[in-house]
Amino acid sequence: MCAHATAQATGTEKGRAMGAKRILTLNVNGDDYEVVCAPNTTLLEALREKAFLTGTKRGCDLGACGACTVLMDGEAILSCITLAVEAEGRSIRTIEGVSDGGELSPLQQAFVDHGALQCGFCSPGFIMSATELLAENPHPERAEIQRRLAGNLCRCTGYVKIVEAVEAVAQGAEGGAR
Amino acid sequence: MKVLNVVGQRVPMHDAAAKITGQAQYTDDLVLPGMLFGKLVRSTVAHGRIKSIDVSKAKALPGVKGVITGMDIPDRVYGIVPKAKDEHALAREKVRYIGDEVAAVVAIDQETAEEAARLITVEYEELPAVFDPLDAIKEGAPLVHENTPGNVSAQIHKEFGDLEAGFAASDYVFEDSYYTHAQNHAPMEPHAALASYDALNGDLTLWSGTQIPYFLKRNLSTTLVIPEQNIRVIKPKVGGGFGQKIDMFAKDFCACWFAKELGRPVKFLYDREEVFQSTRQRHPMYLTLKTGVSKEGKIIAQKITAHADGGAYNSTAPLMITLSCFFVMIPYKIENLVYEGYHVYTNKPVGGAMRGHGIPQPRFAIERQIDQIAKRIGVDASEMRLLNAIEAGEPHPAGFIINTCGFADSVREASKAIGWAEKRGKLPFGRGVGIACASFPSGVANMSHLASGCVVQLSSEGRVSVLSGAADIGQGAETVIAQIVAERVGVPMEDVHITAADTGLCPLDAGTFGSGVTVRAGNAALNAANDIRAQLFPVVAEALGCEVDEIEAANRLFWVRDDPDRSVGMRDILRQYQYIDRSLPIVGRGAWVPPADSATTLLTNNGNLSPNYSFMTQAAEVEVDLETGRVNVIKVLTAHDCGQPINPMLVEGQLEGSILGGIGYALYEDSTCIDGQQHNPSFLDYGFPTMMELPEMEGIHIDTDDPIGPFGAKEAGEGTQLAPAPAIVNAIADAIGVDFDRLPVTPDMILAALKKQREEAAGEAR
Repeated sequence: MCAHATAQATGTEKGRAMGAKRILTLNVNGDDYEVVCAPNTTLLEALREKAFLTGTKRGCDLGACGACTVLMDGEAILSCITLAVEAEGRSIRTIEGVSDGGELSPLQQAFVDHGALQCGFCSPGFIMSATELLAENPHPERAEIQRRLAGNLCRCTGYVKIVEAVEAVAQGAEGGAR
Repeated sequence: MKVLNVVGQRVPMHDAAAKITGQAQYTDDLVLPGMLFGKLVRSTVAHGRIKSIDVSKAKALPGVKGVITGMDIPDRVYGIVPKAKDEHALAREKVRYIGDEVAAVVAIDQETAEEAARLITVEYEELPAVFDPLDAIKEGAPLVHENTPGNVSAQIHKEFGDLEAGFAASDYVFEDSYYTHAQNHAPMEPHAALASYDALNGDLTLWSGTQIPYFLKRNLSTTLVIPEQNIRVIKPKVGGGFGQKIDMFAKDFCACWFAKELGRPVKFLYDREEVFQSTRQRHPMYLTLKTGVSKEGKIIAQKITAHADGGAYNSTAPLMITLSCFFVMIPYKIENLVYEGYHVYTNKPVGGAMRGHGIPQPRFAIERQIDQIAKRIGVDASEMRLLNAIEAGEPHPAGFIINTCGFADSVREASKAIGWAEKRGKLPFGRGVGIACASFPSGVANMSHLASGCVVQLSSEGRVSVLSGAADIGQGAETVIAQIVAERVGVPMEDVHITAADTGLCPLDAGTFGSGVTVRAGNAALNAANDIRAQLFPVVAEALGCEVDEIEAANRLFWVRDDPDRSVGMRDILRQYQYIDRSLPIVGRGAWVPPADSATTLLTNNGNLSPNYSFMTQAAEVEVDLETGRVNVIKVLTAHDCGQPINPMLVEGQLEGSILGGIGYALYEDSTCIDGQQHNPSFLDYGFPTMMELPEMEGIHIDTDDPIGPFGAKEAGEGTQLAPAPAIVNAIADAIGVDFDRLPVTPDMILAALKKQREEAAGEAR
């Protein structure tokens, strides 16, 4: 599949102008993916279009909505404004790496139980941001939850149930973050 | 008291786990072998004649597989309202707004498609353009569509009672004007389409992020000239719609055209700028209200004049202006009313259905004017609303049949909960409370294509498979339908599996609009589940030795109502069903259409325009920062009559989302367009509420049990979007004594008003 992607892209003037593509090794959820990327390929594109990890969402393409949030060495970053080359040698965690096999993480379970999702398009990004928050501070107050998740936009829920779901985990009702 | 097991429960969405793990598939997540990627070329001028389009360089680019302009595809217009079709998939002679589609390319990858699109040059003869509906209706204004003189593409004039006699009988008559602006739906998922074609059978399949799969199928057939039976539209998960996806777009038509021409799958994905510029937005509207009242505040007569800025095309125009007209007739009793509404073309982005669809605009004006009138004549604004409240069972001027109505209670409860008596007019300067009221139909009746169908299969293992045409766009329609079926068949939620919004498999449905899904598709599901019972229960009755109407069913168990020890399980019954040589699966079918006198009369006749009506009062408390002009919405509460909620958790979600959308509409969301050019088509520049703007929220359930809705349910998705903005602006008026008459109320407007207030006070002091 990667070889196919290379053959496709070298035909374009843009591809030539952007310089040579090369094979990057991206460590995603503990697995090494070899992907052919141009210097301007974003991490979001590499994840979605080359590694076929489509759980990470494209909402705005300019770092404004948080739908593309992933963890890089544990830090929540926006993959649509991060170049794939910057992710080489780093440890990437996406929504596909959050649940334990067929079992939801406590945070994911709390989102389900509290109705903290509707259309679901922003949900992977929220889970990644909240996972980072709870790893740093397992018991955040409501104000800190709001401040730390304010970079993730949701148009459906009005955020109430998202805050409640994170609070439930923070207060131990859902067994702590993983 | 009904005892229910699944309906009325806080059941998580059936697809919640798929969504929360990233496994849920939205249109752009789908990849097909050999898939090509598309890109549209859009107009750079607001109004112009296309002189030439040079596609030679694009065609010559390696990797490009197809280039088309409007002249390469059939000369057929599309549109969601059949009599108002006015849009070509790609412009032919003229472009009518910046962003109008003029050409499309497909290539082996996205970057090649984008490069090819840049290589296409279009030469325009620029035409004079018009950007304001009040300018567009003037004599001599440029015509956006040559066949529409005066640029008015849809209008309505309705009179109920005797307006002039009403004004004559009024103690006071007030005339006030208002303006509401363009809000974008801003669904998180950008619009996308993926098409594939089977060259042997001539079958076309389209995966599209749509709220209206069956309308889309019909329009694909008529515009691309492909028989409807050869088209299958599948709605994958949709990442929010709010009405923006109650329409079809160039991406749908171009993906299908190329898939058929090239014999390869084709995907089109809009970027965020395209979503803002070239899909739909809430109609800006100019409104003038002339209202006659008694000295107690009873509304005797009201004339509403509305000019909606439709942008370059119709979209839902006739429907929008009709809804805007009729649904000002609730929740207040106004015996003498005239509504005169115009949908006006301009050279701007296109207006379309957006949560509330033509009604939030007059609702803002009406709820603002009630507060202003109450102040002018010295009555209490909450009492004035109560005085004019509709009651159940009363004759209605437009012929609506209101079976259940918790409206007056909602005014009382919301006023009490916000602390109206203690706070209104009594808080320190800068802080205030306000209320506003609303009512909404649970889908419209009296119109073509408003039926829903449902098929329920009960397999030999007891698995319940539901086929529904309803389009779940994240609001939870599939979950609600599954709950209704589970309740009625007598199984837990986990036994029910739903497949929906696939026109190749599922029965017809109108789609997700008008807040009609729960009542319409829910009743269809209820009827299908009843059909299962009709086939299954004679066997149960025989097993239990009772009559069919004595059977209760829940959790895979059947028992005799007055003798619960006499019971039998689902597995046993299904085995017996087979032993007596009946075929499995048991298939139940159901359909439902809102009861109406006759079809296709909504646009012309009065009558009961909806199966039932929700009612609500929303109350807000705000604090205005007198230094910065920023408004902090502290609390919003809603006293809500939505009948019996099928799923209270999902109803709360609708309500909470509406309140945030209402805060944005009231205070800052504004799709700014200057000389036809949008100035903020990105999430960074547009800005809608984040978690930081989250106010305290409270919902108060006003209990009614509607006879028409499934298990007593009414709509809960759109009505809640009507009142937050006027409640907030009314609270601002209470806080600083300034009556704003346009949206959004920005910090600049507040600071200017406060400055004027200080200058006037200083002038008086001198």
